[in-house]
Amino acid sequence: MADFNLPANSRYTEVPGRSHAAPAAAARTKTFQIYRFDPDSGEKPRVDRYAIDLDRCGPMVLDGLIKIKNEVDPTLTFRRSCREGICGSCAMNIDGLNTLACTKSISDIKGDVKIFPLPHMPVVKDLVPDLTNFYAQYAAVQPWLQTRTPAPPDRERLQSKEDQEKVDRPSACILCACCSTSCPSYWWNGDRYLGPAALLASYRWIVDSRDEATAERLDMVEDSFRLYRCHTIMNCTEACPKDLNPARAIAEIKKLLLARQF
Amino acid sequence: MSSKSPLGQALGQGVVSGTHHWWLQRVTAIALALLGPWFAVSLLMRPKLDYAHAHAWLAAPANAVLMLLFVPALVYHSWLGVVVVIEDYVPTKSKKLATLLVVQFLHLVVGAAALYGVLKVALGSAA
Repeated sequence: MADFNLPANSRYTEVPGRSHAAPAAAARTKTFQIYRFDPDSGEKPRVDRYAIDLDRCGPMVLDGLIKIKNEVDPTLTFRRSCREGICGSCAMNIDGLNTLACTKSISDIKGDVKIFPLPHMPVVKDLVPDLTNFYAQYAAVQPWLQTRTPAPPDRERLQSKEDQEKVDRPSACILCACCSTSCPSYWWNGDRYLGPAALLASYRWIVDSRDEATAERLDMVEDSFRLYRCHTIMNCTEACPKDLNPARAIAEIKKLLLARQF
Repeated sequence: MSSKSPLGQALGQGVVSGTHHWWLQRVTAIALALLGPWFAVSLLMRPKLDYAHAHAWLAAPANAVLMLLFVPALVYHSWLGVVVVIEDYVPTKSKKLATLLVVQFLHLVVGAAALYGVLKVALGSAA
């Protein structure tokens, strides 16, 4: 029957973690509880505890992670790049919600800062999930402009202000995968359900006035699994660190698919 | 592990239409939103809920006709919903197919029995 458990490399309860105390001089400390998994060690995943001195740390969760990696434990592995919420690399599960470590403030978190990799993805190491399927699904919706009419020779393809506004917000998606990996439907059927991120990308091109592949795009998602595994749970919209609304985009696609039948 | 590329796996085996299923779920939901309260209120307004009162209620033509709508709408809505649940949670193809068959036959049996009961009372002689 259904497999409700997390994948083997995401379960950690049976192995005691290691604790790293803060420097004795630290006045204000915060404990980070961080999921650790090293596939080469042959050990099960565990949760390590790091107490850090908040007076010698930047304000964001990512600052804390970098401090730990630099000063306490260089084996801690995570992705990060821009540290300002535009690259999407440092997406992880912090305090129970998928978000970006670089835009999540440590002071917003009551108690210990609990950090896990994005849920229900294969774990490469520590906080680094394998997003191969996620990226392949993005590629599958062909997220680029498709036209048959040649572009005007003397200028760009023009768009009205209203038409631009339709694609303005969906275009702000940074593919951090916070939404798709927060979706239970994506957990159970991620191999066939495209997930909110890929569907938001598809929607972004479906409603683009310049695009001429609308019909093919709608045909592509009109599928019992690719689209209709969305059961309007709306974890995606709740999780999105860019305040986008993938749940609404999916609902709009469903409306377009229905409207074209009449 | 399949040696298919990630994109090949993501594209899978093409499109299985889902709009019809999704739409019928909404249509039957609307029907139930109207018929469900009628069913509950209409029965509860009876002075007593014993066999004789229930029989008399069902023998009234208006109630019988509405029941002939209510039962198929309920059974079909349940059929559609349970099929989605099974598709969601049963990953193995063979188990999925077997579970779907059992559940769909059960819905047919329950639906047929309920309709037979309604028709028997509605079309039968006064009890």
